[in-house]
Amino acid sequence: MSTIRCDIVSAEEEIFHGQAQMVIATGEMGELGIAPRHAPLITRLKPGQVRVQLENGEEQFFYVSGGILEVQPQVVTVLADTAIRARDLDEAAARTAKDEAERALANRTDALEVAQAQAQLAQAMAQLQALERLRRSLKH
Amino acid sequence: MAGAREIRTKIKSVANTRKVTRALEMVSASKIRKAQDLMKASRPYARLMRQVIGHIAHANVEFQHPFLVERKDVKRVGYVIVSTDRGLCGGLNSNMFRKLLGEIRGWQDKGVEVDVVCIGQKATQFFRRLKVNMLGSVTHLGEKPQIAQLIGVIKVVLDAYTDGRIDRLHLAYNDFVNTMTQKATVDTLLPLPPSPELATTHAWDYIYEPDAATVLEHVLTRYIESLVYQSVLENLASEHAARMVAMKSASDNATKAIGSLTLVYNKARQAAITQEISEIVGGAAAV
Repeated sequence: MSTIRCDIVSAEEEIFHGQAQMVIATGEMGELGIAPRHAPLITRLKPGQVRVQLENGEEQFFYVSGGILEVQPQVVTVLADTAIRARDLDEAAARTAKDEAERALANRTDALEVAQAQAQLAQAMAQLQALERLRRSLKH
Repeated sequence: MAGAREIRTKIKSVANTRKVTRALEMVSASKIRKAQDLMKASRPYARLMRQVIGHIAHANVEFQHPFLVERKDVKRVGYVIVSTDRGLCGGLNSNMFRKLLGEIRGWQDKGVEVDVVCIGQKATQFFRRLKVNMLGSVTHLGEKPQIAQLIGVIKVVLDAYTDGRIDRLHLAYNDFVNTMTQKATVDTLLPLPPSPELATTHAWDYIYEPDAATVLEHVLTRYIESLVYQSVLENLASEHAARMVAMKSASDNATKAIGSLTLVYNKARQAAITQEISEIVGGAAAV
């Protein structure tokens, strides 16, 4: 019985990899069953289950909250999202990030020129280096 | 013995400081391992994603996504700056900020404006004092950062890029080389630099659901997110490594300081005893 390699990964971890008889997932356009030697295909996944039928007939279930399914004749790759994604949720997250920046800027005392900051940093670095040198000379 | 007592208090306070630095050192040492594991776990995703992008980009030469096209006229650049939340990690942040300031100055001299997005408390604190435009910021990602925490800031810059408000996007972080070495790195995120995988030839194409443009857009966004996420993890590992080294040298210094203080203390004690004896002897002689 022929099998197909199946990799399920998310940005945060490797979820599954191994040989499978069949991989079943919910694509954007409907349910997909991927058997070995399937034609190359790529689709977005809807939140739902990914079912992997292993060689010994056992089935494993994985929940994905979206992602991408890529199929090549010998490999199925599921690039799973870990977070629940939706347009308005993303918008809200973006707004939070902007607010955070505005809050940070709100209590700034005065805007510093880049050159000034550079000078201040150089000073700090020089102090650090001097300390380091002092430490070394103490060692001897 | 007044001098001796003062020295003893000093020794005690240095010893207490050493306890703290030792503890910090050991905490960081154990956290490096975890941070490295996280880094490793996130690699397959980015690798597989690069393959998929390579395939799509090659199969659809006629279709050009804005993320892949170099813009000729650069008027504004964006920087995603990844820093730590906490200090006590040596020159890790300042080294990177110095490198960045050099670049920002270079852009400003050419009349190009700079927008920044800050990840981590240190970058937010530093760049809010500068005359640069801060588009977004996120802090307190914790020991196990999740991609969900980064979606917001990434969307802000990607939107800015798509709308043409910025023409290039860079990513600055500390690359974890090994425990002793962390390298301040500035990478180009957008336009996506062509990778070796993009150059491979494919004589086939995918079946797209729903269509190539939608899928490519989706994949590219996720790819950028995973790159930023990975750099956050690299930076986290670098933070712990740098802190471990800094705290180790602090503990060593404390040990040395205690040594020399003990020496001074013993001398003072000996001097006091000698003085007492000579006083007694002098007193006895007078009688």
